[in-house]
Amino acid sequence: MKADVVVVGAGPAGLAAAIAAKENGAVDVVIIDREARPGGILRQCIHNGFGLHVFGEELTGPEYAARFIDRANALGVRFLTETMVLNISPDRVVTAVGPATGLINIEAGAVVLAMGCRERSAGALMIPGSRPSGVLTAGTAQRFVNIEGYMPGHEVVILGSGDIGLIMARRMTLEGAHVKMVLELMPYSGGLTRNIVQCLDDFGIPLKLSHTVTRLHGRRRLTGVTIASVDKSVVPIKETEEFVPCDTLLLSVGLIPENELSCDAGVEIDPVTNGPVVDSRLQTSVPGIFACGNVVQVHDLVDFVTEEATRAGRAAAQFLREKSTRRGWKATAGRGVRYVVPQTLCGDGEDKTLFFRVNGIYRNCVTVARCGDKVVARRKRPICAPGEMERLTIKGADICGDITVMVEGG
Amino acid sequence: MEKRNLTCVVCPLGCAITAEVEGDNILNISGATCKRGEAYARTELTDPRRMLTTTMRVKGAGLVPVKSSAALPKSLLLPSMEVINAASAEGPVRPGDVLIADILGTGVDIVATDQS
Amino acid sequence: MIYDVAIVGAGVTGAMIARELGMYDLSVCVVEAEADVASGASRANSGIVHAGFDALPGTMKARMNKHGNEMMPKVTRELGVPFEECGSLVVAFGPEEEKQLEILMERGAANGVPVERISGDEARRMEPVLSRDITAALWAPTGGIVDPFSLTIGAMENAMSNGVTLYLNSRVTAITWTDGVWELFAGDSRIRAHWLINAAGVYADDISRMAGGESFRIRARRGQYVLFDKSMPVRTKSVIFGVPSDRGKGVLFSPTAHVNMIAGPTAEFVDKDDNDTTREGLQEALAGVKRYAPAVDARYAITVFAGLRAMPETHDFIIERSKSAPGLFNVAGIESPGLTSSPAIAEYVKELLEEAGVRLVPKPGARRIRRPIERFSESKPERQRELIAMDRRYANVVCRCEQITEAEIVESIHLPCGAKTVDGVRLRIRAGAGRCHGGFCMPRVMAILARELGRSLDEITKSGPGSWILEGRTKGGAR
Repeated sequence: MKADVVVVGAGPAGLAAAIAAKENGAVDVVIIDREARPGGILRQCIHNGFGLHVFGEELTGPEYAARFIDRANALGVRFLTETMVLNISPDRVVTAVGPATGLINIEAGAVVLAMGCRERSAGALMIPGSRPSGVLTAGTAQRFVNIEGYMPGHEVVILGSGDIGLIMARRMTLEGAHVKMVLELMPYSGGLTRNIVQCLDDFGIPLKLSHTVTRLHGRRRLTGVTIASVDKSVVPIKETEEFVPCDTLLLSVGLIPENELSCDAGVEIDPVTNGPVVDSRLQTSVPGIFACGNVVQVHDLVDFVTEEATRAGRAAAQFLREKSTRRGWKATAGRGVRYVVPQTLCGDGEDKTLFFRVNGIYRNCVTVARCGDKVVARRKRPICAPGEMERLTIKGADICGDITVMVEGG
Repeated sequence: MEKRNLTCVVCPLGCAITAEVEGDNILNISGATCKRGEAYARTELTDPRRMLTTTMRVKGAGLVPVKSSAALPKSLLLPSMEVINAASAEGPVRPGDVLIADILGTGVDIVATDQS
Repeated sequence: MIYDVAIVGAGVTGAMIARELGMYDLSVCVVEAEADVASGASRANSGIVHAGFDALPGTMKARMNKHGNEMMPKVTRELGVPFEECGSLVVAFGPEEEKQLEILMERGAANGVPVERISGDEARRMEPVLSRDITAALWAPTGGIVDPFSLTIGAMENAMSNGVTLYLNSRVTAITWTDGVWELFAGDSRIRAHWLINAAGVYADDISRMAGGESFRIRARRGQYVLFDKSMPVRTKSVIFGVPSDRGKGVLFSPTAHVNMIAGPTAEFVDKDDNDTTREGLQEALAGVKRYAPAVDARYAITVFAGLRAMPETHDFIIERSKSAPGLFNVAGIESPGLTSSPAIAEYVKELLEEAGVRLVPKPGARRIRRPIERFSESKPERQRELIAMDRRYANVVCRCEQITEAEIVESIHLPCGAKTVDGVRLRIRAGAGRCHGGFCMPRVMAILARELGRSLDEITKSGPGSWILEGRTKGGAR
């Protein structure tokens, strides 16, 4: 089987990429997804807050997904659902399996990686204590509650103030659970401020910053957790340990780009983002393989995923016509910045938007992109936090060398 | 005069808004970067409202996600949940279908956001 | 009915004995307290097939270890269990520790186990990640690794195919002996048998006492482990030990039979139900392996766990017919190297039964072969297509990290000794044992378990009664 563009994943990134590829001249565009229905994680994100940038209105996850699914269907994008991609080769042969198709190989003109991310699990945190049931990631709990219609427990502690954790604090409360507290290891929240207001403050759920779980209790089902505050080097302070009875611990402690398929394809991975190194057209280190969305970097807003994926889909369609791999300038992280995406800026004269995260809280600072000594973009920021992604746009004409992004002042 | 610090929840930007109030009078609002933010601050100080999103049973077809057609008074979120939890929609449900009209006399409808 | 033999405990020891006795014309049952086999030390151990150089010559341990090691290739082949004779290295830092190597060399020679002394540089040539401070090492080519769950489950499944009965969730609370018949009060069952084999792990002392047997004491020694993701670049091909101390063999760094890397165990005496990990213990395990391989990175950890070893006061395995209760055989204090020894112990127990007058007539049709679940992800594309053509459920990949299909999960549930819990599925076919640790597939595995066992989703547990995962429906509970 052959296709012009194969998109792996039918979440927001994959949908937007497929649409853009089709709109930019790719004829046969296939999206492969393991679920029965497209939409990815948006299907279980039944809360609102999606689409303000893209559509100028606030949609729920299913509504946001539906707009793209409808558009993709209208354009004639082919969906292979209930199909799992097993392998992608460096020369773009995609091996997949599903009950409808059996085992298939698709020779793709271009591939777009849009597998999204997974949640960090309890095991990776190495929380000491027992290994009872009742410890699960916030996203798994979200699926149980919103899709399956089951409660994972009623006395709940949440570790990690990522957005999914905050959203689940409200969701579990609305469904009758008692959410006792949200613990955050860092001295600042990992989620959006508005989610702290409308998911925690509204329901009187305390957010304990600089706190963590130091022990799980319960032989069979969780019976409680020991919590403690942590010092400046995030080490738990023994004297502050306290037992909190609960039957459920939800974890919202970070997302990891899902790049096992990318690695199989030989794509170079950035050790900071855990996602592929991409250029400003979202092409990875392997020609003809593009990547977008949370597989590249964990975004806070789906709208930005859509924008990034649209550029990736367009570039994949262009690749079918002109197989050139552009070299370009490097974009790197300077003072106060953890990473910059894209890591390479194509010398194509187009304006470039750089996405990055800061490494701590900065108040009244300026984010700056420099090309040598020259400031090519700057933005005043009343507050910058690691939980909120930053961006800077540079005019294409201003890029004449490697770019460094940094925080000044603050 | 009293200063009240609010975080706007209208959109994910989450602007930090400062309101100066004296009794029931709002003297000044600053920090909002759009008109909707200013309006949010006024409502938040007098009649706080929130969108409600949840799921609702569909007869013979599990659950369908729903939302309120407009923000509900904050104090009516949990009472609205009770009404929704007690209800069952007739399937098949399509996105945009009104499943509960005028919930608790608020003038706000409960609307499906996906198919059942 | 009255069984000929009842075995208490479905760990690797009990399962191997059951498998051995299942070959003969005997009625045999295994009585297990927990919801699945391999619920104690057999679940949480290093998965090492010890070469046998460090047991004191002349002990039961030394004998069982060597024989078990020799039997392991055949047994794992018969049972279709992952095993690799990857060899093991004991590494020494400086002259003091090198003296310990000499002692091990001598013991190895006395036990008849091939061992070789090599230099630090030679060790590093074999395993480039090893520390520059290692000055010498002992190389034991017959050391290996095995999947301990598969070995236990495989043995029990094989036994059950040959007619052995398994009672789960059946904790033995009392034992009587009347007119030559044992009666076990076990969970909801009363089980009668002529012969009783006590393979109850850390509780073997309680069982012996209940049956009027010898009063020995078994203490629980906890070992804590850190398991690393397959993607961790710091790997070894063989098992790396430090030199032993009075606290046992010390922390090891080893590949597992499923290409993860493992660090552990620590060693601390605890209560018999305390298999908690501790902050100090996990740090000790990490620090221990960092000494051997300094580049080990804790960020690759995918899970932590602890297991309890049954420590006999005599420091040797207790495998004997009871003198005070002649119908009882104690198989107790099977600490490390119990996993390695298990096939040899089973053979020895069979001989003890024969000596006691049990007639062992080969059972017609009984086979030592167990066909393992065929793995879709390990099959060639042509075979994958055949499997899908046979059963469409092979095309439904449920666990993405380990690429486990619905067909394999369904098979793991319906086999003899099949999975009944989420952990049971994970231990049998590794669905949920990968890098996301079930975050993605747990709801799907639960749905398959519920469907295949005819239960509702909220009746499916993690590891048996009490370990519920869901607490009823949303929307206030009612349907």
